[in-house]
Amino acid sequence: MAFCLTKAKKLIYNHLKSKMGSLGIINHGNWTHPVSFSHPIPQNLKKPDTFFTNNTTLFASRRFESIIAGKHLDSLRNVFDEIEVLNFPGGKVKFTSEMKFLSESPEERIHCYRVLDDNGQPTVHSNSVQIGEEVAVKMYNDMVTLQLMDSIFYEAQRQGRISFYLTTIGEEAINIASAAALNIDDLIFPQYREAGVLLWRGFSLQEFANQCFGNRDDNGKGRQMPIHYGSKKHNYFTVASTVATQISHAVGAAYALKMDGRDACTVTYFGDGGTSTGDFHAALNFAAVMEAPVIFFCRNNGWAISTPVSDQFRSDGIVVRGQAYGVRSIRVDGNDALAIFSAIQAARRMAIGESRPVLIEALTYRAGHHSTSDDSTKYRPVHEIEWWRVARDPVSRFKKWIESNGWWSDEAEFELRSSVRKQLLHAIQVAEKVEKPAIAEIFTDVYDVPPANLCEQETLLRETIKRHPQDYPSHFQFPL
Amino acid sequence: MAAIFQGIGATTALSSINSLDSKRFRLSSHRLLSGGKGSFFVVRSDGRSKPGPNPRGRRPEQLITNAVATKADSSAASTTSKPGHELLLFEALREGLEEEMDRDPCVCVIGEDVGHYGGSYKVTKGLATKYGDLRVLDTPIAENSFTGMAIGAAMTGLRPIVEGMNMGFLLLAFNQISNNCGMLHYTSGGQFKIPVVIRGPGGVGRQLGAEHSQRLESYFQSIPGIQMVACSTPYNAKGLMKAAIRSENPVILFEHVLLYNLKERIPDEDYVLNLEEAEMVRPGEHITILTYSRMRYHVMQAAKTLVNKGYDPEVIDIRSLKPFDLYTIGNSVKKTHRVLIVEECMRTGGIGASLTAAISENFHDYLDAPIVCLSSQDVPTPYAGTLEDWTVVQPAQIVAAVQQLCQ
Repeated sequence: MAFCLTKAKKLIYNHLKSKMGSLGIINHGNWTHPVSFSHPIPQNLKKPDTFFTNNTTLFASRRFESIIAGKHLDSLRNVFDEIEVLNFPGGKVKFTSEMKFLSESPEERIHCYRVLDDNGQPTVHSNSVQIGEEVAVKMYNDMVTLQLMDSIFYEAQRQGRISFYLTTIGEEAINIASAAALNIDDLIFPQYREAGVLLWRGFSLQEFANQCFGNRDDNGKGRQMPIHYGSKKHNYFTVASTVATQISHAVGAAYALKMDGRDACTVTYFGDGGTSTGDFHAALNFAAVMEAPVIFFCRNNGWAISTPVSDQFRSDGIVVRGQAYGVRSIRVDGNDALAIFSAIQAARRMAIGESRPVLIEALTYRAGHHSTSDDSTKYRPVHEIEWWRVARDPVSRFKKWIESNGWWSDEAEFELRSSVRKQLLHAIQVAEKVEKPAIAEIFTDVYDVPPANLCEQETLLRETIKRHPQDYPSHFQFPL
Repeated sequence: MAAIFQGIGATTALSSINSLDSKRFRLSSHRLLSGGKGSFFVVRSDGRSKPGPNPRGRRPEQLITNAVATKADSSAASTTSKPGHELLLFEALREGLEEEMDRDPCVCVIGEDVGHYGGSYKVTKGLATKYGDLRVLDTPIAENSFTGMAIGAAMTGLRPIVEGMNMGFLLLAFNQISNNCGMLHYTSGGQFKIPVVIRGPGGVGRQLGAEHSQRLESYFQSIPGIQMVACSTPYNAKGLMKAAIRSENPVILFEHVLLYNLKERIPDEDYVLNLEEAEMVRPGEHITILTYSRMRYHVMQAAKTLVNKGYDPEVIDIRSLKPFDLYTIGNSVKKTHRVLIVEECMRTGGIGASLTAAISENFHDYLDAPIVCLSSQDVPTPYAGTLEDWTVVQPAQIVAAVQQLCQ
């Protein structure tokens, strides 16, 4: 009896001691307190999820731990007999007596997740999500619409009807499948090659055309270049021309969602080129530290205007960088709509459920030019472009899959394409005729209310136009 | 006394953005920090003049809107009936910040070492313990990115305050501030608003070296879409902080490293100042001296000497760097016909340069002499104490300039 009690007491004592150990550290006035080794730090630091769960207290205590290293080896040796470890700021590390450098490149590149093969047939034992007919057909419809919109608007630019355009050719699966796997409440922070996400969410062809023509019906009020879409209603944040600035915005918005405890995440898209920026680095780093529910989606399409990825970075693509920041990551086939759908759905669950960032690298190819200001045949072979456009086209690959399920037919294809084509041409014709925004819109929305100096400047401008009407475009309106 | 009434007339008539009820001002006589005589008054504007629906649905606490309108001759008595409390400028900033964070749960702070450390100038001390380390967020060293984060958070409904450990570090955030913060409300067609406050200490300190002595107001003044204010006393620091937080526009609040320990007695009751207003520090007749931030104190020191020599300078702390309060400034110019601008910015492209242009453009006919602008030289701030002193405008230079202008 006495023996049991002593044992029990010992257990209680040890348990209390371990509690006291952590509590002792949380008292952050106590700088000289040595690190307690009954602290519940898991040994295996490679499992990020076990390390990171449960842990604001862990991190609070981490912040105030003594950084006195090396003085407590003796006490260490008592606790961890054979393993030689030392506790530096940041955690325990094992020693090694072999001087070995980590290789700059892995023996094998990180594998790429794909569900459908090039013929649109599902590969064996893929743990992908099953998509129903309705969603699949909508996805295909939107991919075709996106393709047609791109080709018709590109032609419109070539005809001089709009000043600029940027296509998503080759990345239709990325656009549509990622959008399909998200909820409407998830906030989208795009770069510029993600018009399909907005299309999926319900932005109409007329609205796309209005923005490109910068007319009075544009919800951006004609203030941005074509393809700089934005719609608060669809939770799609206005495109800014700056590269990768949206990545930080996404982290901040995720922070807001986390504070509110909302069942939503933020998703931000960027290309391989965007990952070289400082914003990318700091945003990933910070999202990991803050445990923000954000999905970083990198469209690695091989080219940043004329810069190939071999000139952009020397790492194994972008996916390996995730681990460097402590962010869970995956590489997917960017031309495989089902793979993207599955990966995004899983990532979303992790981001919201575990409050963590996730990095998805989608390998793909930019089958079009960078934009209408670019002729990519100048820096890459035409046959390469053609091959990707035809043989690896994500739209036809997905088409093969839905056809094999009996959900699609040639008649449906013909009907879809001719109908969408008609709608697009009509939208352009209408948008072209709508007037441009009123002069007042030069000065509104700079602030919430136009200040005195802007009112003055507006008056000055109106007077000038009135005095010299022949020098100003005739479709300048004088609003009431 | 006449000067005070004249001043009252000027500021009560001021409407531009906010409607100002003529009953809602009060006089307080105030011992100037430089020990000079004369009184200055401040105008309180109703914090609700820019109403914005609180997105979280919380009703803001009732502000005291019915200020006691005291008569001029009882101004001495008014301060004794409402004693207020004394505090230092950085404490005033913190008080303003804390009151706003209490009032609106969307307000949060983002910056380096703002959390448990309390901020490098202790402006956020104690806030992390009170509100948690999510609302007072410590960031890694990436100004461009955490400013970007604040912009993203603001577009999603929060009201973040970004603290630059030193204003100079915000140069790294210039891309986000100029291209996104200032622009996205406009380019999105008004769909997304960005109610951020960007603040931090700047200006020439005590031998901090060139990189830590930046005056960013001159670099930022061109950016469309932002507002800039500079605080100089505990009273206006708290009032401007609160106004900036409540504003729907992005506001950059410039503090000065050497002014954080200024002590002043400020009112107990809630007050919010107007972001676009200048402050009449000392009414006068002979010359208008326009200044802001730390230079206000150099000017007031020079004013003592000037008064002894028989001059009567009117000193205005412009406070609002973008846009300028041309109403107050204009009224002053129309009265005195002489302008001296005293600033800490560099000569080229500084606030003084813009102000000179604005005054020349608008009030040229009222000037009896060219506008004189005293600024720092176009050099990086040297470290050596004597050299540093010589790059900053000193009271003796101000006195000399006034004497020359008033010949």
